[in-house]
Amino acid sequence: MSEVDIRKQAAVLASTETIDGEIATLNLGPTHPATHGIFQNILQVDGERILSTEQTVGYIHRAFEKLSERRPYNQITPITDRLNYCSSPINNIGWHMTVEKLIGADIPKRVDYMRVIMMELARIADHLVCNSVIGVDTGALTGFTYMFQEREKIYDIYEEICGARLTTNVGRIGGFDRDFNKALITKLRDFLKEFPAKFDEFCSLLERNRIFMDRTIGAGPISAERAMQYSFAGPNLRATGVDYDVRVMSPYSSYEDFDFIVPVGTEGDTYDRFMVRQQEIRESLKIIEQALENMPEGNYHADIPDFYLPPKEEVYSSMEALIYHFKIVMGETPIPKGEVYFSVEGGNGELGYYLVSDGGRTPYRLHFRRPCFIYYQAYPEMITGSLLSDAILTMSSMNVIAGELDA
Amino acid sequence: MSKTVEAYIEEISKDFSSIELSVDNYGMHNAFITKDEIYGVIEKLKEAGFNFLTDLTGSHYPENEGQEFQVVYHLHHFYNNLRIRLKVNLSKDDLAVPSVTDLFAGANWMERETFDFYGIQFSSHPNLSRILNVDDMDYHPMRKEFALEDETREDKEDKYFGR
Repeated sequence: MSEVDIRKQAAVLASTETIDGEIATLNLGPTHPATHGIFQNILQVDGERILSTEQTVGYIHRAFEKLSERRPYNQITPITDRLNYCSSPINNIGWHMTVEKLIGADIPKRVDYMRVIMMELARIADHLVCNSVIGVDTGALTGFTYMFQEREKIYDIYEEICGARLTTNVGRIGGFDRDFNKALITKLRDFLKEFPAKFDEFCSLLERNRIFMDRTIGAGPISAERAMQYSFAGPNLRATGVDYDVRVMSPYSSYEDFDFIVPVGTEGDTYDRFMVRQQEIRESLKIIEQALENMPEGNYHADIPDFYLPPKEEVYSSMEALIYHFKIVMGETPIPKGEVYFSVEGGNGELGYYLVSDGGRTPYRLHFRRPCFIYYQAYPEMITGSLLSDAILTMSSMNVIAGELDA
Repeated sequence: MSKTVEAYIEEISKDFSSIELSVDNYGMHNAFITKDEIYGVIEKLKEAGFNFLTDLTGSHYPENEGQEFQVVYHLHHFYNNLRIRLKVNLSKDDLAVPSVTDLFAGANWMERETFDFYGIQFSSHPNLSRILNVDDMDYHPMRKEFALEDETREDKEDKYFGR
Protein backbone atom coordinates (compact mmCIF):
# COMPACT_ATOMS: atom_id res chain seq x y z
CA MET A 1 0.00 0.00 0.00
CA SER A 2 1.38 3.37 -0.93
CA GLU A 3 1.89 6.25 1.41
CA VAL A 4 -1.14 8.05 0.00
CA ASP A 5 -3.42 5.07 0.45
CA ILE A 6 -2.37 4.70 4.05
CA ARG A 7 -3.05 8.32 4.78
CA LYS A 8 -6.36 8.23 2.95
CA GLN A 9 -7.39 5.25 4.98
CA ALA A 10 -6.40 7.02 8.15
CA ALA A 11 -8.54 9.93 7.07
CA VAL A 12 -11.56 7.72 6.45
CA LEU A 13 -11.02 6.07 9.79
CA ALA A 14 -10.80 9.39 11.51
CA SER A 15 -13.95 10.55 9.79
CA THR A 16 -15.97 7.57 10.92
CA GLU A 17 -14.68 7.87 14.44
CA THR A 18 -15.08 11.58 14.99
CA ILE A 19 -17.84 13.58 13.40
CA ASP A 20 -20.49 11.24 12.02
CA GLY A 21 -18.95 11.23 8.55
CA GLU A 22 -20.26 14.69 7.72
CA ILE A 23 -18.20 16.10 4.88
CA ALA A 24 -17.96 19.78 4.05
CA THR A 25 -16.45 21.52 1.04
CA LEU A 26 -14.09 24.34 1.84
CA ASN A 27 -12.59 26.81 -0.57
CA LEU A 28 -9.05 27.72 0.39
CA GLY A 29 -8.27 30.54 -1.97
CA PRO A 30 -7.98 31.92 -4.63
CA THR A 31 -7.46 35.01 -2.49
CA HIS A 32 -7.00 33.78 1.01
CA PRO A 33 -4.39 35.39 3.26
CA ALA A 34 -3.07 31.97 4.23
CA THR A 35 -2.21 30.99 0.67
CA HIS A 36 0.23 33.92 0.20
CA GLY A 37 -0.63 34.04 -3.46
CA ILE A 38 -3.43 33.42 -5.86
CA PHE A 39 -4.27 29.77 -6.19
CA GLN A 40 -7.25 27.75 -5.16
CA ASN A 41 -7.64 24.58 -3.16
CA ILE A 42 -11.04 22.99 -2.90
CA LEU A 43 -10.88 20.88 0.21
CA GLN A 44 -13.21 18.14 1.32
CA VAL A 45 -13.07 18.28 5.07
CA ASP A 46 -14.56 16.31 7.86
CA GLY A 47 -14.36 18.68 10.77
CA GLU A 48 -10.71 19.67 10.78
CA ARG A 49 -9.52 16.64 8.86
CA ILE A 50 -8.78 16.92 5.13
CA LEU A 51 -10.12 14.10 2.99
CA SER A 52 -9.21 15.32 -0.47
CA THR A 53 -7.93 18.34 -2.31
CA GLU A 54 -8.52 19.69 -5.75
CA GLN A 55 -6.09 22.33 -6.96
CA THR A 56 -6.64 25.09 -9.44
CA VAL A 57 -3.70 27.12 -10.64
CA GLY A 58 -3.14 29.63 -13.39
CA TYR A 59 -4.77 32.72 -11.90
CA ILE A 60 -1.76 34.88 -12.65
CA HIS A 61 -0.56 33.18 -15.79
CA ARG A 62 1.16 35.86 -17.88
CA ALA A 63 2.36 33.82 -20.86
CA PHE A 64 6.03 34.47 -20.19
CA GLU A 65 7.16 31.77 -22.58
CA LYS A 66 5.13 33.24 -25.42
CA LEU A 67 6.25 36.77 -24.58
CA SER A 68 9.87 35.61 -24.64
CA GLU A 69 9.50 34.47 -28.22
CA ARG A 70 9.04 38.08 -29.27
CA ARG A 71 11.64 39.76 -27.14
CA PRO A 72 15.36 40.15 -27.78
CA TYR A 73 17.53 38.33 -25.29
CA ASN A 74 18.30 41.33 -23.10
CA GLN A 75 14.62 42.24 -22.79
CA ILE A 76 13.74 38.90 -21.27
CA THR A 77 15.52 39.70 -18.00
CA PRO A 78 12.61 41.78 -16.63
CA ILE A 79 10.30 38.83 -17.32
CA THR A 80 12.43 36.54 -15.19
CA ASP A 81 12.13 39.02 -12.30
CA ARG A 82 8.51 38.10 -12.02
CA LEU A 83 8.95 34.37 -11.68
CA ASN A 84 10.01 34.01 -8.08
CA TYR A 85 9.74 37.62 -7.03
CA CYS A 86 11.21 36.89 -3.60
CA SER A 87 14.61 36.21 -5.13
CA SER A 88 14.67 38.07 -8.45
CA PRO A 89 18.48 38.40 -8.74
CA ILE A 90 18.83 34.62 -8.94
CA ASN A 91 16.36 34.50 -11.82
CA ASN A 92 18.02 37.40 -13.62
CA ILE A 93 21.52 36.08 -13.27
CA GLY A 94 20.41 32.57 -14.18
CA TRP A 95 19.01 33.94 -17.41
CA HIS A 96 22.16 35.92 -18.17
CA MET A 97 24.24 32.81 -17.62
CA THR A 98 21.97 30.81 -19.93
CA VAL A 99 22.58 33.27 -22.75
CA GLU A 100 26.29 33.34 -21.95
CA LYS A 101 26.33 29.58 -22.21
CA LEU A 102 24.62 29.80 -25.60
CA ILE A 103 27.07 32.36 -26.98
CA GLY A 104 30.08 30.84 -25.21
CA ALA A 105 31.14 34.01 -23.42
CA ASP A 106 34.18 34.08 -21.21
CA ILE A 107 33.23 35.64 -17.88
CA PRO A 108 35.80 37.31 -15.62
CA LYS A 109 36.24 35.88 -12.14
CA ARG A 110 35.21 39.15 -10.55
CA VAL A 111 31.80 38.97 -12.20
CA ASP A 112 31.36 35.44 -10.88
CA TYR A 113 32.07 36.58 -7.35
CA MET A 114 29.83 39.62 -7.63
CA ARG A 115 27.07 37.37 -8.91
CA VAL A 116 27.57 34.93 -6.08
CA ILE A 117 27.15 37.76 -3.58
CA MET A 118 23.95 38.95 -5.26
CA MET A 119 22.51 35.46 -5.55
CA GLU A 120 23.27 34.52 -1.98
CA LEU A 121 21.74 37.75 -0.72
CA ALA A 122 18.66 36.86 -2.74
CA ARG A 123 18.63 33.38 -1.24
CA ILE A 124 18.78 34.85 2.25
CA ALA A 125 15.90 37.21 1.44
CA ASP A 126 13.86 34.37 -0.03
CA HIS A 127 14.42 32.03 2.89
CA LEU A 128 13.78 34.83 5.40
CA VAL A 129 10.38 35.49 3.88
CA CYS A 130 9.51 31.81 3.83
CA ASN A 131 10.67 31.04 7.35
CA SER A 132 9.24 34.11 8.99
CA VAL A 133 5.92 33.40 7.29
CA ILE A 134 5.95 29.87 8.69
CA GLY A 135 6.22 31.64 12.02
CA VAL A 136 3.22 33.83 11.18
CA ASP A 137 1.15 30.82 10.22
CA THR A 138 1.89 29.18 13.53
CA GLY A 139 0.85 32.37 15.27
CA ALA A 140 4.24 33.92 15.96
CA LEU A 141 4.18 37.31 14.28
CA THR A 142 7.14 38.82 16.11
CA GLY A 143 9.88 37.05 14.19
CA PHE A 144 8.28 38.12 10.96
CA THR A 145 8.41 41.80 11.82
CA TYR A 146 12.06 41.53 12.87
CA MET A 147 13.13 39.62 9.81
CA PHE A 148 11.35 41.89 7.36
CA GLN A 149 13.48 44.75 8.64
CA GLU A 150 16.53 42.72 7.75
CA ARG A 151 15.11 41.92 4.33
CA GLU A 152 14.77 45.65 3.76
CA LYS A 153 18.51 45.95 4.31
CA ILE A 154 19.13 43.38 1.62
CA TYR A 155 16.87 45.41 -0.66
CA ASP A 156 18.94 48.49 0.15
CA ILE A 157 21.97 46.59 -1.11
CA TYR A 158 20.12 45.69 -4.32
CA GLU A 159 19.33 49.35 -4.76
CA GLU A 160 23.01 50.25 -4.86
CA ILE A 161 23.74 47.88 -7.74
CA CYS A 162 20.59 48.18 -9.84
CA GLY A 163 18.37 50.90 -8.40
CA ALA A 164 15.44 48.57 -7.81
CA ARG A 165 14.29 46.64 -4.80
CA LEU A 166 11.83 43.90 -5.66
CA THR A 167 11.92 43.30 -9.40
CA THR A 168 15.60 43.98 -9.68
CA ASN A 169 16.50 43.37 -13.33
CA VAL A 170 20.07 43.20 -12.07
CA GLY A 171 23.07 42.98 -14.36
CA ARG A 172 23.32 42.34 -18.04
CA ILE A 173 24.38 39.58 -20.34
CA GLY A 174 28.11 39.49 -19.66
CA GLY A 175 28.15 40.87 -16.15
CA PHE A 176 26.91 44.00 -14.43
CA ASP A 177 26.22 47.49 -15.69
CA ARG A 178 28.34 48.97 -12.91
CA ASP A 179 30.84 47.89 -10.33
CA PHE A 180 30.09 47.49 -6.63
CA ASN A 181 30.32 51.01 -5.28
CA LYS A 182 31.56 52.12 -1.89
CA ALA A 183 28.07 52.49 -0.48
CA LEU A 184 27.24 48.93 -1.44
CA ILE A 185 30.36 47.55 0.17
CA THR A 186 29.65 49.53 3.35
CA LYS A 187 26.05 48.34 3.46
CA LEU A 188 27.09 44.78 2.78
CA ARG A 189 29.72 44.83 5.52
CA ASP A 190 27.23 46.35 7.95
CA PHE A 191 24.74 43.69 7.03
CA LEU A 192 27.25 40.90 7.53
CA LYS A 193 28.19 42.37 10.89
CA GLU A 194 24.71 43.03 12.26
CA PHE A 195 22.56 40.38 10.67
CA PRO A 196 23.92 37.25 12.42
CA ALA A 197 23.03 38.55 15.89
CA LYS A 198 19.51 39.47 14.80
CA PHE A 199 19.13 36.20 12.99
CA ASP A 200 20.18 34.35 16.15
CA GLU A 201 17.45 36.20 17.95
CA PHE A 202 14.96 34.96 15.36
CA CYS A 203 16.33 31.44 15.74
CA SER A 204 15.92 31.56 19.49
CA LEU A 205 12.29 32.61 18.99
CA LEU A 206 11.41 29.56 16.92
CA GLU A 207 14.02 26.88 16.38
CA ARG A 208 13.82 25.18 19.78
CA ASN A 209 10.49 26.65 20.78
CA ARG A 210 8.35 23.84 22.19
CA ILE A 211 5.09 25.17 20.78
CA PHE A 212 6.59 25.75 17.36
CA MET A 213 8.16 22.31 17.29
CA ASP A 214 4.92 20.63 18.32
CA ARG A 215 3.10 22.45 15.56
CA THR A 216 5.58 21.74 12.78
CA ILE A 217 7.14 18.35 13.47
CA GLY A 218 5.21 15.79 11.50
CA ALA A 219 3.16 18.38 9.59
CA GLY A 220 2.99 17.70 5.85
CA PRO A 221 5.73 15.09 5.56
CA ILE A 222 6.95 13.53 2.33
CA SER A 223 9.43 10.71 1.91
CA ALA A 224 12.61 11.00 -0.13
CA GLU A 225 11.28 8.48 -2.67
CA ARG A 226 8.06 10.37 -3.25
CA ALA A 227 9.90 13.68 -3.38
CA MET A 228 12.18 12.33 -6.10
CA GLN A 229 9.13 10.97 -7.90
CA TYR A 230 7.65 14.44 -7.86
CA SER A 231 10.89 16.01 -9.12
CA PHE A 232 11.30 18.07 -5.97
CA ALA A 233 14.45 20.15 -5.77
CA GLY A 234 15.98 22.66 -3.45
CA PRO A 235 15.23 22.93 0.27
CA ASN A 236 12.10 20.82 -0.03
CA LEU A 237 14.04 17.88 -1.45
CA ARG A 238 16.94 18.38 0.94
CA ALA A 239 14.53 18.31 3.88
CA THR A 240 13.75 14.72 2.94
CA GLY A 241 17.43 13.80 3.08
CA VAL A 242 18.54 13.97 -0.55
CA ASP A 243 21.58 16.24 -0.80
CA TYR A 244 20.92 17.54 -4.29
CA ASP A 245 22.11 21.10 -4.77
CA VAL A 246 22.78 22.51 -8.24
CA ARG A 247 25.54 24.69 -6.79
CA VAL A 248 27.45 21.54 -5.91
CA MET A 249 26.35 19.08 -8.59
CA SER A 250 26.84 21.36 -11.60
CA PRO A 251 28.78 24.33 -10.26
CA TYR A 252 28.22 27.61 -12.04
CA SER A 253 29.55 31.09 -11.42
CA SER A 254 32.62 29.72 -9.55
CA TYR A 255 30.63 28.11 -6.75
CA GLU A 256 33.33 25.46 -6.61
CA ASP A 257 35.64 28.07 -5.02
CA PHE A 258 33.54 28.38 -1.91
CA ASP A 259 33.41 26.32 1.21
CA PHE A 260 29.89 25.62 2.37
CA ILE A 261 27.80 22.66 3.43
CA VAL A 262 24.51 21.45 2.01
CA PRO A 263 22.17 20.97 4.95
CA VAL A 264 19.74 18.06 4.79
CA GLY A 265 16.82 16.93 6.89
CA THR A 266 15.42 13.49 7.54
CA GLU A 267 11.63 13.51 7.70
CA GLY A 268 10.70 16.00 5.01
CA ASP A 269 8.15 17.65 7.27
CA THR A 270 7.52 21.31 7.92
CA TYR A 271 10.08 21.50 10.70
CA ASP A 272 12.79 19.98 8.51
CA ARG A 273 12.02 22.33 5.67
CA PHE A 274 12.20 25.22 8.12
CA MET A 275 15.49 24.04 9.59
CA VAL A 276 17.09 23.38 6.18
CA ARG A 277 16.29 26.95 5.18
CA GLN A 278 17.60 28.29 8.47
CA GLN A 279 20.88 26.49 7.97
CA GLU A 280 21.09 27.60 4.35
CA ILE A 281 20.85 31.22 5.46
CA ARG A 282 23.92 30.67 7.64
CA GLU A 283 25.73 28.96 4.78
CA SER A 284 24.83 31.79 2.42
CA LEU A 285 26.33 34.26 4.88
CA LYS A 286 29.51 32.20 4.89
CA ILE A 287 29.62 32.23 1.09
CA ILE A 288 29.10 36.00 0.93
CA GLU A 289 31.89 36.55 3.44
CA GLN A 290 34.25 34.38 1.43
CA ALA A 291 33.31 36.08 -1.83
CA LEU A 292 33.77 39.54 -0.37
CA GLU A 293 37.08 38.55 1.22
CA ASN A 294 38.53 37.00 -1.93
CA MET A 295 36.97 39.32 -4.47
CA PRO A 296 39.37 39.25 -7.42
CA GLU A 297 40.48 42.38 -9.20
CA GLY A 298 39.31 42.80 -12.74
CA ASN A 299 36.51 44.05 -14.85
CA TYR A 300 32.87 43.94 -13.79
CA HIS A 301 31.74 42.72 -17.19
CA ALA A 302 32.91 40.38 -19.90
CA ASP A 303 34.54 41.65 -23.04
CA ILE A 304 31.71 40.85 -25.43
CA PRO A 305 30.92 44.04 -27.35
CA ASP A 306 28.29 42.23 -29.40
CA PHE A 307 26.10 41.80 -26.34
CA TYR A 308 27.27 44.22 -23.68
CA LEU A 309 26.20 47.83 -24.20
CA PRO A 310 29.15 50.23 -24.46
CA PRO A 311 29.40 53.17 -22.01
CA LYS A 312 27.14 56.04 -23.05
CA GLU A 313 29.92 58.61 -23.38
CA GLU A 314 31.69 56.35 -25.88
CA VAL A 315 28.49 55.94 -27.88
CA TYR A 316 28.50 59.71 -28.41
CA SER A 317 32.19 59.96 -29.23
CA SER A 318 33.37 56.77 -30.92
CA MET A 319 32.03 55.14 -34.05
CA GLU A 320 32.62 51.54 -33.00
CA ALA A 321 30.74 52.01 -29.77
CA LEU A 322 27.89 53.64 -31.69
CA ILE A 323 27.70 50.70 -34.08
CA TYR A 324 27.61 48.15 -31.26
CA HIS A 325 25.06 50.19 -29.37
CA PHE A 326 22.86 50.39 -32.44
CA LYS A 327 23.16 46.69 -33.15
CA ILE A 328 22.30 45.67 -29.61
CA VAL A 329 19.38 48.06 -29.32
CA MET A 330 17.99 47.10 -32.71
CA GLY A 331 18.57 43.42 -32.00
CA GLU A 332 20.87 42.69 -34.89
CA THR A 333 23.43 40.85 -32.84
CA PRO A 334 24.43 37.52 -34.33
CA ILE A 335 23.30 34.74 -32.01
CA PRO A 336 24.49 31.18 -32.62
CA LYS A 337 21.98 28.47 -33.35
CA GLY A 338 21.72 25.97 -30.59
CA GLU A 339 19.89 24.47 -27.72
CA VAL A 340 20.93 24.84 -24.10
CA TYR A 341 19.61 23.76 -20.77
CA PHE A 342 21.04 25.71 -17.90
CA SER A 343 19.98 25.62 -14.30
CA VAL A 344 20.74 27.52 -11.16
CA GLU A 345 19.85 26.80 -7.56
CA GLY A 346 16.95 29.16 -7.03
CA GLY A 347 15.36 29.93 -3.70
CA ASN A 348 13.03 26.98 -4.20
CA GLY A 349 15.22 24.58 -6.11
CA GLU A 350 16.49 23.90 -9.56
CA LEU A 351 15.45 26.84 -11.70
CA GLY A 352 16.07 25.72 -15.27
CA TYR A 353 16.09 27.53 -18.58
CA TYR A 354 15.59 25.46 -21.71
CA LEU A 355 16.47 27.75 -24.59
CA VAL A 356 16.27 26.99 -28.29
CA SER A 357 17.84 29.54 -30.60
CA ASP A 358 17.45 29.45 -34.36
CA GLY A 359 19.82 32.36 -34.86
CA GLY A 360 17.03 34.93 -34.84
CA ARG A 361 16.93 38.02 -32.68
CA THR A 362 14.60 36.38 -30.18
CA PRO A 363 14.60 32.89 -28.68
CA TYR A 364 12.78 30.35 -30.80
CA ARG A 365 11.59 28.59 -27.70
CA LEU A 366 12.19 29.33 -24.06
CA HIS A 367 10.93 27.13 -21.30
CA PHE A 368 11.33 27.85 -17.63
CA ARG A 369 11.65 24.87 -15.34
CA ARG A 370 9.87 26.37 -12.38
CA PRO A 371 10.41 24.44 -9.17
CA CYS A 372 7.17 25.72 -7.58
CA PHE A 373 5.03 24.52 -10.44
CA ILE A 374 6.55 21.08 -10.21
CA TYR A 375 6.46 20.49 -6.49
CA TYR A 376 3.11 22.10 -5.80
CA GLN A 377 1.42 19.09 -7.41
CA ALA A 378 2.53 16.99 -4.44
CA TYR A 379 0.52 19.19 -2.08
CA PRO A 380 -2.66 17.04 -2.00
CA GLU A 381 -0.63 13.98 -1.20
CA MET A 382 1.15 15.79 1.60
CA ILE A 383 -1.95 17.10 3.34
CA THR A 384 -4.55 14.37 2.78
CA GLY A 385 -5.49 13.00 6.16
CA SER A 386 -3.92 15.84 8.09
CA LEU A 387 -5.54 18.77 9.86
CA LEU A 388 -6.46 21.98 8.11
CA SER A 389 -4.03 24.02 10.22
CA ASP A 390 -1.23 21.66 9.16
CA ALA A 391 -2.19 22.14 5.52
CA ILE A 392 -1.64 25.88 5.88
CA LEU A 393 1.75 25.27 7.44
CA THR A 394 2.67 22.79 4.74
CA MET A 395 1.89 25.31 2.05
CA SER A 396 3.91 28.10 3.61
CA SER A 397 6.85 25.80 4.33
CA MET A 398 6.89 24.55 0.74
CA ASN A 399 7.21 28.22 -0.20
CA VAL A 400 4.80 28.19 -3.10
CA ILE A 401 5.27 31.48 -4.94
CA ALA A 402 2.40 32.27 -7.29
CA GLY A 403 4.65 34.04 -9.78
CA GLU A 404 6.81 31.01 -10.25
CA LEU A 405 3.86 28.66 -10.21
CA ASP A 406 2.06 30.23 -13.13
CA ALA A 407 4.78 31.84 -15.22
CA MET B 1 35.62 5.96 -13.64
CA SER B 2 31.90 6.31 -13.63
CA LYS B 3 29.74 5.24 -16.50
CA THR B 4 29.07 7.60 -19.37
CA VAL B 5 25.76 8.39 -20.98
CA GLU B 6 26.91 6.46 -24.06
CA ALA B 7 27.40 3.35 -21.93
CA TYR B 8 23.89 3.61 -20.53
CA ILE B 9 22.38 4.09 -23.97
CA GLU B 10 24.52 1.27 -25.38
CA GLU B 11 23.10 -1.04 -22.72
CA ILE B 12 19.50 -0.45 -23.67
CA SER B 13 19.97 0.07 -27.40
CA LYS B 14 19.59 -3.63 -28.21
CA ASP B 15 15.96 -3.45 -27.09
CA PHE B 16 15.23 -0.16 -28.76
CA SER B 17 16.25 0.31 -32.35
CA SER B 18 15.20 3.92 -32.80
CA ILE B 19 17.65 5.67 -30.45
CA GLU B 20 19.87 8.19 -32.20
CA LEU B 21 22.35 9.60 -29.72
CA SER B 22 24.46 12.66 -30.37
CA VAL B 23 26.38 15.18 -28.32
CA ASP B 24 25.81 18.87 -28.97
CA ASN B 25 28.33 21.70 -28.74
CA TYR B 26 27.47 22.28 -25.12
CA GLY B 27 28.29 18.73 -24.02
CA MET B 28 24.66 17.69 -23.62
CA HIS B 29 23.60 14.26 -24.87
CA ASN B 30 20.57 14.37 -27.13
CA ALA B 31 18.68 11.23 -28.06
CA PHE B 32 15.94 11.10 -30.65
CA ILE B 33 13.46 8.32 -30.02
CA THR B 34 10.25 7.31 -31.75
CA LYS B 35 7.04 7.69 -29.84
CA ASP B 36 6.48 3.94 -29.73
CA GLU B 37 9.67 3.41 -27.81
CA ILE B 38 9.92 6.51 -25.63
CA TYR B 39 8.06 5.00 -22.69
CA GLY B 40 10.25 1.89 -22.70
CA VAL B 41 13.43 3.93 -22.98
CA ILE B 42 12.51 6.19 -20.07
CA GLU B 43 11.49 3.15 -18.02
CA LYS B 44 14.83 1.45 -18.66
CA LEU B 45 16.81 4.64 -18.04
CA LYS B 46 14.95 5.13 -14.79
CA GLU B 47 15.90 1.63 -13.71
CA ALA B 48 19.49 2.39 -14.65
CA GLY B 49 19.54 5.37 -12.31
CA PHE B 50 18.18 8.31 -14.33
CA ASN B 51 15.50 8.64 -11.70
CA PHE B 52 14.96 12.38 -11.70
CA LEU B 53 12.79 13.98 -14.35
CA THR B 54 14.20 17.47 -14.51
CA ASP B 55 11.91 18.84 -17.14
CA LEU B 56 9.31 17.89 -19.68
CA THR B 57 8.15 20.28 -22.32
CA GLY B 58 7.23 20.63 -25.96
CA SER B 59 8.10 22.78 -28.91
CA HIS B 60 6.67 23.51 -32.34
CA TYR B 61 8.59 23.55 -35.62
CA PRO B 62 5.99 24.18 -38.33
CA GLU B 63 8.62 23.99 -41.09
CA ASN B 64 9.60 20.40 -40.28
CA GLU B 65 7.10 18.59 -42.42
CA GLY B 66 5.88 15.41 -40.75
CA GLN B 67 7.68 16.25 -37.52
CA GLU B 68 6.06 19.50 -36.54
CA PHE B 69 5.99 18.89 -32.81
CA GLN B 70 8.57 17.78 -30.36
CA VAL B 71 8.33 16.58 -26.79
CA VAL B 72 11.53 17.14 -24.84
CA TYR B 73 12.47 15.27 -21.68
CA HIS B 74 15.42 16.09 -19.47
CA LEU B 75 16.54 13.27 -17.21
CA HIS B 76 19.16 13.47 -14.51
CA HIS B 77 21.27 10.64 -13.07
CA PHE B 78 22.06 11.89 -9.57
CA TYR B 79 24.58 9.24 -8.64
CA ASN B 80 26.92 9.81 -11.58
CA ASN B 81 25.68 13.35 -12.18
CA LEU B 82 24.73 12.80 -15.82
CA ARG B 83 22.09 14.61 -17.78
CA ILE B 84 20.39 13.45 -20.94
CA ARG B 85 17.86 15.10 -23.20
CA LEU B 86 15.35 12.84 -24.94
CA LYS B 87 13.28 14.02 -27.84
CA VAL B 88 10.27 12.63 -29.59
CA ASN B 89 9.20 14.05 -32.92
CA LEU B 90 5.50 14.05 -33.65
CA SER B 91 3.54 14.72 -36.78
CA LYS B 92 0.77 17.30 -36.50
CA ASP B 93 -1.75 14.67 -37.61
CA ASP B 94 -0.93 12.32 -34.77
CA LEU B 95 -0.04 14.05 -31.53
CA ALA B 96 -0.36 11.05 -29.24
CA VAL B 97 2.56 10.07 -27.07
CA PRO B 98 2.58 7.77 -24.05
CA SER B 99 2.36 9.51 -20.70
CA VAL B 100 5.15 8.92 -18.18
CA THR B 101 3.04 9.81 -15.16
CA ASP B 102 3.25 6.29 -13.77
CA LEU B 103 7.05 6.47 -13.85
CA PHE B 104 7.33 10.03 -12.54
CA ALA B 105 4.48 11.47 -10.50
CA GLY B 106 5.87 14.93 -11.19
CA ALA B 107 5.27 14.52 -14.92
CA ASN B 108 1.56 15.00 -14.34
CA TRP B 109 1.44 18.78 -14.44
CA MET B 110 4.33 19.10 -16.85
CA GLU B 111 2.37 16.99 -19.34
CA ARG B 112 -0.78 18.96 -18.67
CA GLU B 113 1.15 22.15 -19.36
CA THR B 114 2.52 20.74 -22.59
CA PHE B 115 -0.97 19.68 -23.61
CA ASP B 116 -2.33 23.07 -22.68
CA PHE B 117 0.15 24.99 -24.79
CA TYR B 118 0.84 22.61 -27.68
CA GLY B 119 -2.08 20.20 -27.74
CA ILE B 120 0.07 17.12 -27.40
CA GLN B 121 -2.07 14.16 -26.38
CA PHE B 122 -0.48 12.17 -23.60
CA SER B 123 -2.30 8.86 -23.77
CA SER B 124 -3.13 7.19 -20.46
CA HIS B 125 -2.65 10.44 -18.56
CA PRO B 126 -4.96 10.40 -15.53
CA ASN B 127 -6.36 13.88 -16.07
CA LEU B 128 -5.28 15.53 -19.30
CA SER B 129 -6.92 18.92 -18.99
CA ARG B 130 -5.77 22.51 -19.28
CA ILE B 131 -3.81 23.80 -16.37
CA LEU B 132 -2.72 27.42 -16.80
CA ASN B 133 -5.22 28.59 -19.40
CA VAL B 134 -8.98 28.75 -19.00
CA ASP B 135 -10.83 25.51 -19.59
CA ASP B 136 -12.96 26.72 -22.49
CA MET B 137 -10.05 27.93 -24.59
CA ASP B 138 -10.25 26.16 -27.95
CA TYR B 139 -6.70 26.48 -29.25
CA HIS B 140 -3.17 25.83 -28.05
CA PRO B 141 -1.51 29.21 -27.73
CA MET B 142 2.18 28.37 -27.86
CA ARG B 143 1.92 27.08 -31.41
CA LYS B 144 3.76 29.25 -33.86
CA GLU B 145 0.69 30.12 -35.92
CA PHE B 146 -0.54 32.33 -33.10
CA ALA B 147 1.39 35.54 -33.34
CA LEU B 148 1.73 37.48 -30.14
CA GLU B 149 1.01 40.79 -31.80
CA ASP B 150 -2.32 41.57 -33.41
CA GLU B 151 -1.92 40.11 -36.89
CA THR B 152 -3.83 42.89 -38.60
CA ARG B 153 -1.19 45.43 -37.71
CA GLU B 154 1.01 46.53 -40.57
CA ASP B 155 3.20 49.11 -38.90
CA LYS B 156 5.34 46.57 -37.14
CA GLU B 157 7.67 44.47 -39.22
CA ASP B 158 8.94 41.19 -37.89
CA LYS B 159 12.39 42.17 -39.04
CA TYR B 160 12.53 44.91 -36.45
CA PHE B 161 10.24 43.67 -33.75
CA GLY B 162 10.83 39.94 -33.70
CA ARG B 163 8.41 37.15 -34.28
